[in-house]
Amino acid sequence: MANSDFLDQLRAIVGDEYVIDHREDLLVYEYDGSVDRSMPRAVVLPANTDEVSRVMALAYEAGITVVGRGSGTGLSGGAITPPDGLQVAFPRMNQILEVDSVNRTALVEPGVINLDLDNYVRKFGMRYAPDPSSQRACSLGGNIAENAGGPHCLAYGATTNHVIGMEVVLEDGEVVYLGGQAREATGYDLRGAFVGSEGTFGIATSILVRLLPTPESVRTFLGIFPDIDSACTAVSAVIGYGIVPAALEMIDALSIKAVQNVTDAGYPNDAGAVLLIELEGLHEEVEEVTRDVESALWDTGAADVRIAEDDAERERLWVGRKTAFGAFGTIAPNYYLVDGVVPRTQLTQMLRKVSEVSERYGITIANVFHAGDGNLHPCMLFDAREPGVMESAMAAAAELMQECAALGGTLSGEHGIGLEKKEFMPLVYEDEDMAAMQRVREAFAPQNRLNPGKIFPDGSYYRPSPHPASHTAALYA
Amino acid sequence: MVESVDPRVEEVQHAGGGIDAGHGFPYGVPFEGSLNDGPGFVGPDAPTEADLYRCVHCGLCLSACPTYVETRLETESPRGRIALMKAVHEGRVGISDRLVSHWELCLQCRACEAVCPSGVPYGRLMEQTRAQVRDNNSQSPELSRLSQLFLRAALPHNNRLRLAGRLMRLYQKSGAQRLLRRSGALKALPVALGSMEAQMPVMGDRFFSPRSTVSTAHGEWRATVGLLSGCVMPMMHGDAMRAAVRVLQRNGCDVVTPTDQGCCGALNLHAGDLEVGRQMARRNIDAFRAAGVEFVITASAGCGSSMKEYGELLHDDPDYAASASEFADNTRDITEFLADLPLDPPQSEFNRRVTMQDPCHLAHAQRITEAPRKILRSIPGLQLVEMAESALCCGSAGFYSLIQRDMSQRLQGRKVGNALAAGADIIASANPGCMAQLDQGLRNAGSDMSVKHVVEILDAAYQLESP
Repeated sequence: MANSDFLDQLRAIVGDEYVIDHREDLLVYEYDGSVDRSMPRAVVLPANTDEVSRVMALAYEAGITVVGRGSGTGLSGGAITPPDGLQVAFPRMNQILEVDSVNRTALVEPGVINLDLDNYVRKFGMRYAPDPSSQRACSLGGNIAENAGGPHCLAYGATTNHVIGMEVVLEDGEVVYLGGQAREATGYDLRGAFVGSEGTFGIATSILVRLLPTPESVRTFLGIFPDIDSACTAVSAVIGYGIVPAALEMIDALSIKAVQNVTDAGYPNDAGAVLLIELEGLHEEVEEVTRDVESALWDTGAADVRIAEDDAERERLWVGRKTAFGAFGTIAPNYYLVDGVVPRTQLTQMLRKVSEVSERYGITIANVFHAGDGNLHPCMLFDAREPGVMESAMAAAAELMQECAALGGTLSGEHGIGLEKKEFMPLVYEDEDMAAMQRVREAFAPQNRLNPGKIFPDGSYYRPSPHPASHTAALYA
Repeated sequence: MVESVDPRVEEVQHAGGGIDAGHGFPYGVPFEGSLNDGPGFVGPDAPTEADLYRCVHCGLCLSACPTYVETRLETESPRGRIALMKAVHEGRVGISDRLVSHWELCLQCRACEAVCPSGVPYGRLMEQTRAQVRDNNSQSPELSRLSQLFLRAALPHNNRLRLAGRLMRLYQKSGAQRLLRRSGALKALPVALGSMEAQMPVMGDRFFSPRSTVSTAHGEWRATVGLLSGCVMPMMHGDAMRAAVRVLQRNGCDVVTPTDQGCCGALNLHAGDLEVGRQMARRNIDAFRAAGVEFVITASAGCGSSMKEYGELLHDDPDYAASASEFADNTRDITEFLADLPLDPPQSEFNRRVTMQDPCHLAHAQRITEAPRKILRSIPGLQLVEMAESALCCGSAGFYSLIQRDMSQRLQGRKVGNALAAGADIIASANPGCMAQLDQGLRNAGSDMSVKHVVEILDAAYQLESP
């Protein structure tokens, strides 16, 4: 099939306006939120499952690989499409189809924005719990592909805990259903296997998600510490009391400075680190646990403990946390973020390693992260125009990932492996493990036509060249 | 298999290298070649690398952008438009009609700027890009024609503007318009002219004029302020301008409206006509400096936004850099000024339901959303009801409604729908363009809801006070 015939057939399926193949237009579909960049052959924006299925069948027949894209906010290159590949983008499939307030579920299309769903269901006294920092822009389809997290996943679990069932289009265009209306499926949990498969198993075209009732009471604490070690001790102390906060976030001195440069989030400029802790639940329960949290913080050397007095103050504290990575632009023009996870008890150890690596490589590293679940985000700040600095940053990142693995942790808490971290997979998996994973993928996509070249190492990892457009790094965590 | 789309694809397939090779690529070398050779941006007003690369393409701007929300296309998003600027800057592509069409669909509402966590100065980038497009003679024919007609021939000249305004008023009020519209004669006009006729701003019954006398403060004196008269606002919204003077007086201000002031230049700047925009800025700086006022007040959000950026606009001008920066620092939107003063609340009840429409250049460019609400809430009896998407552009955007008819009307319909759903009697606004756009939208929808400037509502409440 000639390329022009292929494009004509795509146009026949979705309409002329929604097949993008002009090179100048494709310039805006070659990136996502990560460091990688590649221009697809064409982009198609389907409007419904039937169109997705026909597009996939057409591509399958033509031997063309397909990569899905939600909002293009991913941080591991998941939506980056190879030059001969077709990108299938979902901004048009953005309808909330159904909200069931009795069973507490919502049926949504994959292009629905995370925050839009949450705002919508709040009218009915419910919420969608996973809240990645990019929630204002990221789509639920993308959240499923990457098994996205967020501060409140400490108490409620990542995306996989909130997806009940999915309609999925496979690589050859076949439409199948994974999971179902019931909370527990019998047989293999194929739904569970699909979530986090980074677009290599299939493309979800409608998604049944679980909603939670909005909590009766919410309380947000700002624990102010003289240094990061005491803040780490406090994290362990809070958990040691048997408390599971809804969120438990750490922000170090450098990040406080960056945030306060852009907006007054209410973080004290002279603190060594702050902890942002949120409790949710019944009124009495929150009251009771508040005392424990306060004791845990004071006992571990907090200089001060503040409680947000109203929604506006709570909002302000969270805006600081959720925009921290953007604010790093005020310190250095470039940054590169590592998404490693360690057991909570190893946090202090890991942060010492971060500081040692920072010193040895001469690279500034800021830390803003999900302390409660040990998901670090050491963020290297640098100016990529300085010769050699990009290579140093990457080498430093490699050392940090190695340390995470050595401490019994893993490479990525919530951003996915994609292109960015695929060469590091051998740090945590044997060849046999990865071969087993590939066999699972083969069961869904035997021809490997969906998002190929991601997740598993093949020696082709891309180091961004010192080129202004390609070394801007990950923003949200 | 499908044949390769581009020979370059073939050669990049085989690149790569191990993790230690340093420069391997996931799919071979990403497409770095030129699409058509471009020299990049040129000249002193070119978008800077520092501004461009502050954008880390995170995508958080997408959901704030009216054209992205409407089209769902990345090419019509802030992130996409900046990516295209970067591509030009890097010499990967020249300024083509296609790129220009994406940039020109931008409303310059700056909603993206307000939500950007990296602080990308999008408004500045887009103005500079439009200047590059203009200098490259790559503007769309529609924008180019309008530029000739209005930006240079009319806006900088107070007397020509007035004359045009009077002619339009005569045309509209004499019955000639009604007659012509009914006769179908307008259909004989070229499409662009016909569309301009349909979009012609409705002139007010009484124009507002700057005057050499001072309108003196009532009661205790609190400040001496200069009021920007502007270009179209005194002709379309003379009532709002007179209300502005009265509420300032009522709140203890001596109000000066220098006669040698002129249009603020915002429309020229938005269209990339920086040269004439700068001349207009200098004229106003001179006029208000001579008037010796503490603050320069404007009742037009679009003007205030540009005036607050005069310092940046003229920072390379040795004669004006300092005075421009001082002028910018002393500029206030009238709602901002009154709320900070703080205003003296009206004493009598004004029992109406009002919904606030946030003008983009107030909410996004100046980050002012609370001040107008504070004023409205200070009015006894007034019930403030919020509409959905109150800060999503209404599609007016200066000349935009004349050039991008389709998008402008889609956004107008969306805004009017949201306003009607709020169930108010009055839409409050703070910008002449929005007021005209909303007014027209309401009439098209057959609604009798009215559109008023915030100060007109405040003034009406003051008028009800017993003497």
